[in-house]
Amino acid sequence: MSYVAHDESDFVPPAEVEEMELYHAKTFVGKYIWSQDAKVIAVQYGITAIGIGVVALVLSWLMRLQLGFPNSFSFIDPSNYLQFVTLHGMIMVIYLLTALFLGGFGNYLIPLMVGARDMVFPYVNMVSYWVYLFAVLLLVASFFVPGGPTGAGWTLYPPQAILEGTPGAHLGIILMLVSLIFFIIGFTMGGLNYVVTVLQARTRGMTLMRLPLTIWGIFMATVLALLAFPALFVSAIMMTLDLTLGTSFFMPAIVSMGQQLDYGGGSPLMFQHLFWFFGHPEVYIVALPAFGIVSDLLSVHARKNIFGYRMMVWAILAIGGLSFVVWAHHMYVSGMNPYFGFFFATTTLIIAVPTALKVYNWVLTLWHGNIQLTVPMLFAIGFIFAFIHGGLTGLFLGNVTVSVPLSDTMFVVAHFHMVMAVAPIMVVFGAIYHWYPKITGRMLDDTLGKIHFWITFLGTYAIYLPMHYLGFLGVPRRYYAVGGTDFIPESAQSLNAGITIAALIVGAFQIVFLYNLVWSYFKGRPASDNPWNATTLEWQTPHTPPHHGNFGKTLPVVYRWAYDYSVPGADADFIPQNQPPSKKAGTAEEKHS
Amino acid sequence: MVIAIVLVLLVVGSLLFHFLSAWYFTPIASNWGTIDHTISITFWITGTVFVVVNLFMAYCVLRYRRRKGSTAHYEPESKKLEGWLTGLTAVGVAAMLAPGLFVWADFIHVPEDAAVVEAMGQQWHWRYRFPGKDGKLGTVDTRHISDKNPFGINPDDPSGLDDVLVSSPELHLPSNQPVKMLLRSVDVLHNFAVPQFRAKMDLVPGLVSYIWFTPTRTGKFDLLCNELCGVGHYAMRGKVVVEEESAFQAWLTGHPTYAETVAHKAGDPAAGKQLFALCGTCHGLQGEGNLALNAPKLSGQGAWYLQRQLRYFKQGVRGTHDKDVFGKMMAPMAATLADDTAIENVSAYIMTLPDNPAPSSVESNTARGQKIYVTCAVCHGSDGRGRQAMNAPRLEGMSDWYMITQLKNFKEGIRGHHPQDLYGPQMTLMSEILTDDQAIKDLVAYINAI
Repeated sequence: MSYVAHDESDFVPPAEVEEMELYHAKTFVGKYIWSQDAKVIAVQYGITAIGIGVVALVLSWLMRLQLGFPNSFSFIDPSNYLQFVTLHGMIMVIYLLTALFLGGFGNYLIPLMVGARDMVFPYVNMVSYWVYLFAVLLLVASFFVPGGPTGAGWTLYPPQAILEGTPGAHLGIILMLVSLIFFIIGFTMGGLNYVVTVLQARTRGMTLMRLPLTIWGIFMATVLALLAFPALFVSAIMMTLDLTLGTSFFMPAIVSMGQQLDYGGGSPLMFQHLFWFFGHPEVYIVALPAFGIVSDLLSVHARKNIFGYRMMVWAILAIGGLSFVVWAHHMYVSGMNPYFGFFFATTTLIIAVPTALKVYNWVLTLWHGNIQLTVPMLFAIGFIFAFIHGGLTGLFLGNVTVSVPLSDTMFVVAHFHMVMAVAPIMVVFGAIYHWYPKITGRMLDDTLGKIHFWITFLGTYAIYLPMHYLGFLGVPRRYYAVGGTDFIPESAQSLNAGITIAALIVGAFQIVFLYNLVWSYFKGRPASDNPWNATTLEWQTPHTPPHHGNFGKTLPVVYRWAYDYSVPGADADFIPQNQPPSKKAGTAEEKHS
Repeated sequence: MVIAIVLVLLVVGSLLFHFLSAWYFTPIASNWGTIDHTISITFWITGTVFVVVNLFMAYCVLRYRRRKGSTAHYEPESKKLEGWLTGLTAVGVAAMLAPGLFVWADFIHVPEDAAVVEAMGQQWHWRYRFPGKDGKLGTVDTRHISDKNPFGINPDDPSGLDDVLVSSPELHLPSNQPVKMLLRSVDVLHNFAVPQFRAKMDLVPGLVSYIWFTPTRTGKFDLLCNELCGVGHYAMRGKVVVEEESAFQAWLTGHPTYAETVAHKAGDPAAGKQLFALCGTCHGLQGEGNLALNAPKLSGQGAWYLQRQLRYFKQGVRGTHDKDVFGKMMAPMAATLADDTAIENVSAYIMTLPDNPAPSSVESNTARGQKIYVTCAVCHGSDGRGRQAMNAPRLEGMSDWYMITQLKNFKEGIRGHHPQDLYGPQMTLMSEILTDDQAIKDLVAYINAI
C-alpha cells in the first residue's frame, strides 16, 4: 500500500485575483426574483426543474397505466401515449436532470466549493435562468396547442417527427425545437460561467488537484455540454427549416400517406449522427456530476478519503473525452455503414474501464471506512447498486453483436433507466439530503428520508429488473399495446401490470420527499454550520445559509485536499480544507512523503 | 446493517429471477446462434462482476459501519490495487468484445449464395419483392410510387419487369437458404425485426440497408416494426412463414410479376352489371344498402377494398366465424362469383353507381367521437374518404350501423383474426382503443357528421 503525499507545505499561492465587485441588491425582487446570487439562482433552477419533473412523473404514470392495463383507459389513445413517452423522456433528460445538476447543483456548489464569492458573470448567470424558464414554458405551452405536443419520441427522429402520422407534427414539434434552442442558449450562458468560475475564480491554494470531485464532475460535464449541445442546436434549427421552409436537410424523397412530398436528397441518418453526437455526451453530462457528488457523499459519510482521488480525476477526464467517440453505438441497427460497428463497439467497451474503476473506488472508499448510515449515505449506496446494474447492462448494448436482438426493445428502456434515471436520481436525493442544511439552515427529517429511500430504492428495482426480461423476450419499446403475438406469453402482461403498480407506488411516495422539503424548511431541526463534519469549503462559511458573497470579509485560503478524513494523529476525524498546517507532528502525510 | 442485508437479498433475488423466471429469449430460428453465444458470455462476465462487487459492498457496509470507538483508515490510494483492477477489467472487457467483433464480421458479410429479397416499409405496412427469372431486382424510385405502382418500380428498366411483387404483409422464405434482405422505406424509419431470427435492421427512406440470415426452422413468425414510425407503429406487423422449398415456390408463383400488374386490365362494368343483379336484391339496385336486410351500402366504396373483401368471403377468410351471423350469409353469395375477373367486374360496376350518403341511424356524442377519430383519421383521412395507400377503406357516408357491427367484430375477435386475414390484425389492434360500446357509438356518430 503506497501513500501519496498531500503535503500542505507544497502550496504555491496563485497570482492574486482582485476581489469581485458584487452587486448587492436591496429589494426583495432584486434579491430573490431577478437575483444575481448564484445560490438563489440555484434554488430557482432547482424548483423549476423539480416542478417540471413532477409533470414528467405524471406522464410516466399515464404511460405505465396503458402498458400495465391496456385498453382500460379511454383517455389514453395511441397519440397520447406517444406524447407521454416523448415528453417524459425529454423533460427528464434535459429539463430536469441537466438543469438540476448543472443549473442547480452547479450554481450552488461551484462558487462555495472553490472559494469564490459568486459566479464570475453574475448578470449572465441570472439571464441563464430566465432563458431556461422560458424554454420550460414553451415546452409546457406545447400541451395546449392544436394537435398537442410532439409524439416523435425524445430522439425526435425525422422524417417521422415532422410528418403526418406522428402526433404534434406541426405546432407541437415546432415548440419542442424552439424550446430546445432556448434551453441551449440559456445553458450556454450558465455553462460558460461554470467553466470560467472553476478555472479563474478558485481561491488561493485551491489547486486543480485539490478540487472536490463534485466540482470536477460538474466542471467536466459542463465542458461536455458546451461541446455537445451545439450539435443539437444546429439539428433543431435544420429540422425547423425542413418543416417551415421546406428545406431537405434530413428529408429524402418521400411518399407520405400516398402523397408525394416536395422533399428530396436529405439524409435522416445525418440527424441521427448529430443527435447522438450530442446525445451520448448528454448521458455523461448527467452522469459525471452524479459521479462527482456521490464520491463526496461517500467520503464524508464514511469518514474516509475518497479512494484513489487522482485516478478518479483522470477517470472523469477520460470518460469525458471518450464520450465524444462512442455516439454511434446508439445506431448499430440504424442502417448506417455497418463497418462503423467495429469502431464504436471498441470505443464503447474501452469506456467501460475508467467507469468500472470509479465503481471500484467508491466501494473501496467504504472499505476500512467508518460508515455512518445517514440518509445521504443510503442514497449513495443505492446509487452504486443501481449504477453497477445499469453499467453492466450497458455492456450488452455497447457490444455491437450482443445489442442487435436487444435494440429497440424494453431491455434498452430498462438499461437506460437504471443507469440514467435511477442512478442519478439517487444522487440527486442524496445530495439534497446532504446540502439542504446548508441551503436552508435546517436539517431534513431523517425518518421521512429513510422511508423515502427504501421505497425509492426497492421500488425502482422492482420496476426495472423485470423490464429487462421483457426485452429479452422481444417486446419492442414505444408500443402502445403488444396485442396478440405468437411468441410473447400471456404472463408477460402480468409482469407489465406488476411493473405499473410498482411505478405508481414509487411515484406516489415522492410526495414524502416533497413534504419533507416543505415541512423541514419551517419546522426542521436547526442545522449547525457543518452538521456532517465535512472538510470542503461550503461547510466553512461564517453564516448558514451563506450570505451573498459567501465567505464574509475574507476569502478562505486552502491548504489541503478535500479528503482529510480520519487522518491519523489529527484532533478530529476531519480537517477542513482551509485549516492551516499545524505544527503538530505525526500526520499521515508527513510520515509517508 | 439493514442495507447490507438488503444488498445481499437483491443479489440473490436477481439471480433467482434470472434463472427461474419464464421470461427469456424465444427459441432461435435462424443461423445466429453465435449471437446467443456472445450474449451468454456477456451474461457470465457481467453477472460475476454484479455478484462480486455488490457482495463486497455489502460486506464493507456490514463490517465497517460506525460502531463505538471505530475509526476509518487513512488510505488515499493504492497504485498496486488500482493497477490490478484496471488489468482485470480490461481482460474482462476484451473477453466480451473480441467474440462480439468476430460475430459482427459474419453479420455484415453476406454469403455469396444468399437469395435476395426486398422488404419495403411504409406507414404501417410491409411489402416484399423477389427478383424474377433474371435474378435481378429492377431499379426503383420513390418518385414512381402511386396506387398503380406501389413499389415505385422504374417502368423503363427491363430488369424490373419480371420482379415478383408481394403486396401483403406476409413473407414466405425457404428454410435453410441464406437470404439477404434489402430494406427500404418510402416514408419514415421502420425496423425489420423477427425476434426468433435475432437479426434486425432499420429501413431508412433515401437509402437501402440490409441484413442477412438463414431461417433454420419452419413455422410462422411475427414480424414487428421496431423503430418508432408514428401513431400506428405498434400495429405495423407482418408475418414471416418459413417453409420447405417446394411450398415456397408454390407460394411465390401465386404472385404476379410487375409486368403482369401493368398489363392487368381493369374490371369491365358492363360485365359486372349482370353479376350485380344478385347483389342488388339485398344491397339495393343502386348499392345504397338496406338496414332491414343487414346489407351495407356499397356504392362509393373503393374498388380495391370491395375486391379484397369479396375474395376474403370467397376464400372463407371472412364469414366463417360462428358469431359472424351476417358474414355467414354473405359468404355463399360471394361464392357465386366465379373468379377474380368476376370480382373485378362487379366491383367496377359498383364504382359506376350513384354515391349518395347513407342515412344516419346513430345519435350520440359527436364531440367525444371527434376526439377518438383523431387516431382513425391518420389512415382513413380526416375527411373519412379512405386511402388505398394506407389500406384504409372509406367510412364517411357509408352505413353507420354496419361500422358499429364491424368495430365490435374486430374488438371481439370475430373479424380480423383469421390466420389468412393479413390486414385485419391491424384494425383489431386499433379497435381496442374503443374502450366501450358508447365510444363506438360516439365515434360513428362523428363519422356521420363529417
